[in-house]
Amino acid sequence: MYERFVEVFSHGMKNRNFVAGGIITIAFFGLALLSYVWSPHPIENINISDKLLSPNAKYLLGTDHFGRDILSMLIMGAKNSIIVAFVAIGIGLGIGVPLGLVAASQRGWTDEFIMRFNDFTLAFPSLISAIMITAIMGPGAVNSIIAIGIFNIPVFARVVRGAALNIWKKEFILAALSSGKSKTRISIEHVLPNTSSVLIVQATIQFAIGILAEAGLSYLGLGTQPPAASWGKMLNEAQTFLHFAPQLAIYPGMAIALTVLGLNLFGDGLRDVLDPKLRRNR
Amino acid sequence: MKIFLFKRLITMIITLLVASSVVFFVLEILPGDPAAVMLGINAEADTLAALRAELGLDKPIAVRYLGWLGDLVQGDLGISYTYDVPVSELIMERVILSFPLAVLSMILSTLIAIPLGIIAASNHSKPMDFLVMIFSQLGIAIPNFWFALLLIIFFSVFMGVLPAGGFAGWEAGMIPALSSLLLPTIALALPQAAILTRVTRSSLLEVLKEDYIRTAQAKGSSLRRTLWRHALRNAMIPVVTIMGLQFSFLLAGTIIIENVFYLPGIGRLIFQAIAQRDLIVVKNLVILLAASVIVINFIVDMLYAVIDPRLRGTQNV
Repeated sequence: MYERFVEVFSHGMKNRNFVAGGIITIAFFGLALLSYVWSPHPIENINISDKLLSPNAKYLLGTDHFGRDILSMLIMGAKNSIIVAFVAIGIGLGIGVPLGLVAASQRGWTDEFIMRFNDFTLAFPSLISAIMITAIMGPGAVNSIIAIGIFNIPVFARVVRGAALNIWKKEFILAALSSGKSKTRISIEHVLPNTSSVLIVQATIQFAIGILAEAGLSYLGLGTQPPAASWGKMLNEAQTFLHFAPQLAIYPGMAIALTVLGLNLFGDGLRDVLDPKLRRNR
Repeated sequence: MKIFLFKRLITMIITLLVASSVVFFVLEILPGDPAAVMLGINAEADTLAALRAELGLDKPIAVRYLGWLGDLVQGDLGISYTYDVPVSELIMERVILSFPLAVLSMILSTLIAIPLGIIAASNHSKPMDFLVMIFSQLGIAIPNFWFALLLIIFFSVFMGVLPAGGFAGWEAGMIPALSSLLLPTIALALPQAAILTRVTRSSLLEVLKEDYIRTAQAKGSSLRRTLWRHALRNAMIPVVTIMGLQFSFLLAGTIIIENVFYLPGIGRLIFQAIAQRDLIVVKNLVILLAASVIVINFIVDMLYAVIDPRLRGTQNV
């Protein structure tokens, strides 16, 4: 395990995307972790006399219309984005991976049923469904996690099934079958570990998509609710002040774009490093 | 081929039925009685009951589902609770904004993406390719509603040349109407163009590896000629598929952009209808959007099978 990690890492250092994306991703996670121990100003601090300030020594990126520190809100927003995207991926992995493994090991009707269900979920414009889900269950961080997570399920199911189908053709699976192991056991002991690299790569991509989706939902007022900070909500509030404080609309958007860019680059790099055979012309 | 077509047709109909029942039953469990929403909090119990009977809300759920499905097939989408006009009329009013918006952004993104994809692929691993890939990565990473805000800051706040929001209406003339759609079109087109550029580039690079390309080049065909005569046409198949998918998602994806620019389109209608518990509008719009995605998928699958006979028998691979 450790050796494999070192091998991936040393290959990765030669890959431009892996390095650039990795640095941005680590910085983003570092920022979010930092918020647990320190932030420049508490974000609940409403200080109207300090409202809409330009960047200065006390407030490095200035303040918003409530006099809250922008930098602190960006840091809290990073934490919020990570939590939402992480749990949403957990939902996708937790339900999608078993479904994909079952589809690949059983084939026939079970496979057909699971895959048609998959197609059907993918056919819904995910944003509209996410809006419907948050409208039914009420806006909020938890409900937006569920809304985003549901759409990770078919993605992971499809990816795992595709990878697993190839592994089922391998000789060592035949050996395991003839030694009397059940299909479920083979799926868990032999197939799943061999799909891990595709899963890790897909998870990075879904992470980026999750961050974009969370920003979109909270921009519409359906995601994270005040007083918690979220990048999408910051953009929504900034829109009212575009004429006299356009800088408010710049920072949160840059945070989203940079994070998503970092994760996508990292995912691309990781794919090339983990499995050169998967390498596409991207 | 006939068996394949039949199988896919049956699957499509089943998918449509499942989709419609999910939409219907999910919205049934929504809290809030439409009759109570329409009459307000001071309504008498018997007025409420009368209205519920008029709306058919007192009938069993299965009867209402089948009734809705029957009306849907006949094109009768019912009457909106909040607007008190036929839903079909409401949708038509909005479609004349959303549909041109989607078409314009599709055209714009194609005009950007295909040339960029070709440039990148024909300069593979050179600085030009690198630049195009940077554009594409940025376009995917930048959320379109933030890009929309940046466009407003630049073109409306600083330059003052284009409206920051609202729609002049087609009756105001082409120029005012189109100028209120210009920024939304650009904002919508950017992420689409970024994805399409990647698809065009990778599909073209894939084709350029084929034997027949090497044969053409060995016979003395120039890179430009090989590209136009042999590679491009074959590389377009995946590009067209992605465009088909993107278009149906564009219709739905306008939801945030229409909110940024306060445009009275389909996306804003569905968003407002959900907020106002106008269930009849929500369920009809969602099912129409989902159905258009399902039908477009079906058509694309059919086109694939027509173009490439090898795909007809490979349903289970």
